Amino acid sequence: MTAAPARSRAVTALLVAPAAVFFVFLLIVPLMVVVVFSFGERAPAGGYSPAFTFDNYLNLAARGKAFVNTLTLAPLATLLTAIFAFPMAYFLAVKVDPKWRVMLLVLVMAPFWTSQLLRYYAWIMLLGGKGIPAWLAYIGIADVRIINTPWAVLIGAVYGFLPLMVPPIYVSLEKLDKRLLEASADLGATPIRTFFQVTLPLALPGVATGSMLVFILLMGDYILPQYLGGGKVFFIGNALVDLFLQSRNWPFGAAVSVALVAIMFVTIFFYMRFVLGKTGTRRAALV
Amino acid sequence: MEHPVIEFRNVTKRFGEVAAVVENNLAVKAGEFLSILGPSGCGKTTSLRMMAGFEQPSEGEVFIRGENMTGVPAYKRPVNMVFQHYALFPHLSVSDNVSYGLRQRSPKPSLAELAREVTEALAMVRLDGYESRRSYELSGGQQQRVALARALINRPAVLLLDEPLAALDRKLRREMQIELQNLQRDVGITFLLVTHDQEEALSMSDRVCVMREGRIVQSGSPRELYDKPVSRYVADFVGKSNFFAGPTKDTVISVRPELVEIAANEAVLPEGLSAHYSVKVLNRIFLGENTEYRVANDTLGEFMVLTPRKSERSSGTFEIGDTASTGWRPEAALVLAAT
Ligand SMILES: Nc1ncnc2c1ncn2[C@@H]1O[C@H](COP(=O)(O)OP(=O)(O)OP(=O)(O)O)[C@@H](O)[C@H]1O
Ligand SMILES: [Mg+2]
Repeated sequence: MTAAPARSRAVTALLVAPAAVFFVFLLIVPLMVVVVFSFGERAPAGGYSPAFTFDNYLNLAARGKAFVNTLTLAPLATLLTAIFAFPMAYFLAVKVDPKWRVMLLVLVMAPFWTSQLLRYYAWIMLLGGKGIPAWLAYIGIADVRIINTPWAVLIGAVYGFLPLMVPPIYVSLEKLDKRLLEASADLGATPIRTFFQVTLPLALPGVATGSMLVFILLMGDYILPQYLGGGKVFFIGNALVDLFLQSRNWPFGAAVSVALVAIMFVTIFFYMRFVLGKTGTRRAALV
Repeated sequence: MEHPVIEFRNVTKRFGEVAAVVENNLAVKAGEFLSILGPSGCGKTTSLRMMAGFEQPSEGEVFIRGENMTGVPAYKRPVNMVFQHYALFPHLSVSDNVSYGLRQRSPKPSLAELAREVTEALAMVRLDGYESRRSYELSGGQQQRVALARALINRPAVLLLDEPLAALDRKLRREMQIELQNLQRDVGITFLLVTHDQEEALSMSDRVCVMREGRIVQSGSPRELYDKPVSRYVADFVGKSNFFAGPTKDTVISVRPELVEIAANEAVLPEGLSAHYSVKVLNRIFLGENTEYRVANDTLGEFMVLTPRKSERSSGTFEIGDTASTGWRPEAALVLAAT
């Protein structure tokens, strides 16, 4: 063995080190602590006392409602966000004059400049009794309740996460070779068919990335359901806040956390397999 | 008389200030292999794009099979294009790429029918068995063939080829030229090929249109263009030529290098030459079957002489610095417009 590969390996190790340290101390270690806690017992005054019991896991059903809410609303909200984000990204990447693109992309991000809470309060106003329902009543559609329903959570999610979904889709559409669209038209495909047969499949990696991002954030979110769900539509995140901070049942909270992480892993694994199974190799070839 | 398959009627295309195509009346006859030849930027691609329907003329009309197609979108036109960089769909297999056109039809052909057509089309371009490959797994030449199969499977009225061989290396290009020619003969589809490579245009086509700044300056068989160019521009672009001062200010005399006779002295030059010029040999390039000499004469200046290997036995070879005698038959000297 010569010195050169050894040195290059040392350099590699040095470059990887910060990420590795970060990964181990901020991800692996806390996760292991959580796993250990999840087999423990609640100390009489709250918190953790060492033990080895599966009770916390067997008790998960007690928070079943939170799991059901999260697992239905998070995917649904992700899907809705993607559906709203796609035309925006398409417009930005394909239709808009390139010199306006950056400015419009910045505008898409603009809501991030104000506090999240402020934005949710704005929605509480809009969706609350004196907001949209009042206007609907005015034109004759009475008794619509939006705030503190799953609808409010969905609307808030789409609004809040759109700025995260648009950029990855924009990038994949921007990268799309416009000659492929011409080739499709040349071969007799109408614009609509070209969209579904060429544009959409080739933008799928961007949709997948954006969806992943939004889905993961939604799964762990507790602020959105707390404000727009008003405690009636609560997520796993809300259950965790409650368990760790209110009832101080850390071991049970830890078990709920582990379940959440496990569900996320499994979902992401299958989702990636599904999306990349069709497009992964191709994406590698395109880059 | 039969309609041309594609016809420009006074087509002009402007991009802002730039006129890419000017008062063009290009006509493609059914069944022919036509090349559009011209330097970069003369409007070749723009012409093809107007035929395919990706661009609309600023003025004039485009007729396809006698039908006015001006303004009709690309997907409704019975022509297909082979793009310079192939533009194969990266997310589809070779087979799905090739069957793409057929799958847009309604009613959609059955799967069995599609499979049969694809097999046939791939066989045509000698890619049997490549159905399930991905386009990025193929070499440039193979991608080229897939692009051809994808277009030909639709049996277009005209196949439009925009510099289809430009990205291939020299040897492969030569092979594909022959293959394209054979393919055109076999399928009997009209081919319209755009190129800036005169050798390609001359060797492959039944007819060549020479373009200059958006206009067609001459069209005819390769032999006609070579033997009877209408202007210095055409003579220069199609093959090599020597140009000498013409009888008037706006004319030049063109003599093809291979029509110049060269010998050690006047006595051994062939009979029937219009004049004899003694020259000094400045340079010699050995080209295999030919040798090219650059020679200089006091009144004519420098010019080129191309001698075939075969003639060297009688006329001998010349070294740099040798003096020799040259001349050409009267019909070899063409008086052409100087533009
Ligand atoms: N979309 C466009 N916008 C503005 N100008 C254009 C456009 N397309 C072509 N042109 C101009 O029109 C002229 C002809 O272009 P075209 O692409 O037809 O040339 P070409 O003969 O195909 O050249 P090449 O051999 O380099 O491909 C050029 O001057 C070019 O700059
Ligand atoms: Mg071109």
